[in-house]
Amino acid sequence: MNILVILEAFDSKFRKTSIEAACKARQLADDTDSKMTALVIGYNVFDISNQLKKYGIDNIFVIDNEKLKDYSTDVYLNIIDQFLDTCKSEIIIFGSSNQSKDLAPRLAARNNGSLCLDCIELGFKNDSFIASKYIYGGKIIADISLESSPKIIVTRAGIIKPTEKQGKADIQKLDIILKESQIVIENVEFDNNTKDLSEADIIVSGGRGIGGSDFSILENLAKELKGAIGASRSAVDEGWRPSSDQIGQTGKTVSPNLYIACGISGAIQHIAGISTSKIIVAINKDSEAPIFSKADYGIVEDIFDIIPIITQKLQNKA
Amino acid sequence: MNIIVLLKQIPDTASLIRINDDGKTINTDNIKWIINPYDEFAVEEALQIKEKYGATVTIVSVGPKRYVDSIRKALAMGADKAVLIDDPKFYDCDAFCIANICAGILKDLSYDIIIAGQRGMDLDQYNVPIAVAELLNLPQITMVTKVEIKNNQIFCDQSIDGGKRSVYTNLPVLITTQRGLNNPRFTSMAGIMKAKKKPLEIKDIGQINIDASILENKIKILAFRYPPERKQGIIIQGESLEDKAEKLINALQNDSKVI
Repeated sequence: MNILVILEAFDSKFRKTSIEAACKARQLADDTDSKMTALVIGYNVFDISNQLKKYGIDNIFVIDNEKLKDYSTDVYLNIIDQFLDTCKSEIIIFGSSNQSKDLAPRLAARNNGSLCLDCIELGFKNDSFIASKYIYGGKIIADISLESSPKIIVTRAGIIKPTEKQGKADIQKLDIILKESQIVIENVEFDNNTKDLSEADIIVSGGRGIGGSDFSILENLAKELKGAIGASRSAVDEGWRPSSDQIGQTGKTVSPNLYIACGISGAIQHIAGISTSKIIVAINKDSEAPIFSKADYGIVEDIFDIIPIITQKLQNKA
Repeated sequence: MNIIVLLKQIPDTASLIRINDDGKTINTDNIKWIINPYDEFAVEEALQIKEKYGATVTIVSVGPKRYVDSIRKALAMGADKAVLIDDPKFYDCDAFCIANICAGILKDLSYDIIIAGQRGMDLDQYNVPIAVAELLNLPQITMVTKVEIKNNQIFCDQSIDGGKRSVYTNLPVLITTQRGLNNPRFTSMAGIMKAKKKPLEIKDIGQINIDASILENKIKILAFRYPPERKQGIIIQGESLEDKAEKLINALQNDSKVI
């Protein structure tokens, strides 16, 4: 059997979720005595693909073309179709990203495959290939049998801690004829200093208790911890933060090592989005706030009093 | 212009979800059903396009009778008509099946823009709209935050990893919604009254243009289970703010080792 992992790079680095997907694929390949192949699509990705050698991949293929600077569904899909013609793969694994959530379902539909998105566990049991995922906003885990092939998986961020394994793969550059996209990209804008929430190890998040769009006390703490800023639905609905910062069932699901909820009461939908964090800290002046029942550490204080002191102490220690 | 909105009904996100004794379905006894919030953005966007450029908005759904409430709500918001495929044989079918049924309905309708939620907030699969686009051979623009129509072309802003971008393509197209696209309107009493008279066709699978033999599931639900509960931790006590801050930092550095 061949297991294919399709990786994404950004800013000369592979996405953390792509590396996690590769490590999960390696595990699966070891368990099933299968071959593992990696496919990298993008621009200026050939040299950095050396970084992949340490993950025990059997074959690494790279398609590197200036026209692939920006992702297009149809162009990428066409490349993968051509690739699958010569490299038949029963299982195809992506790491979680907006791009893979756009691409994987269409790849599955085109090839009559079966799909599990944001998968947390996967493997064979008897002869079934079973993938598990959170549903209903994290309230339930579903075990799903992927019946048709290819079996297409998008792994959820943070499901595995990457481990290295010496591989002996050569990196092969492939020339593939690219089709023209039906979609014209006019302009691309990246947020400068905001870390992507789904990749952040530490998140400092604010809710209604912040009382306005001035998140500076949280930003100072996040800066000290090299973390990212998130927000509850209330803070987004009030217009204090952009919707891309929203964490919870209706926003992003995150699983950082450390999640600090500041002035967030902890509605069921918010808890759903953070429940797989390693450590949760809650700071709220209302001792009855439901967030405390899910937090590893709680402090009942006004955030405006205590957070600057925490930030100051971290600065002094640095 | 003809706009189709694909609409799913899901349990209210505040609902307590309990697993049935069969271990693979949820208990729906006390569930309040709502329009999937991302699909509500889709309805609103269709109405805004209609108001700006002129269009007929048709709601398309696959599901049981209870869907009628959600469809009437979309009609009360201002959609013009609706088609519901209600066939017990397909109540438990998977996303590809649903997508095939939707595509079957759409083959008999005219469409310039199909709008759907980026994902159902119940199963989080992102699957049906994109599979519909594939089956109808349409370009897709996902996670859209802004829409404009000019000369038979659609111009969109969409969320991408770490930012956003502006793209355009020729109609017809399928787009999916992202939070921030719009604020769905409330229904008015007049809207609710009007909705009662708007056409809502309920059909079974035999009445649409589809080969039912291709409708086989690609995935099978084996089991539902509850995730491990997070245990309540400790509330940090201290004599002063300084003291509490110090104890928290100490716990994060030395006990949990996360900073």
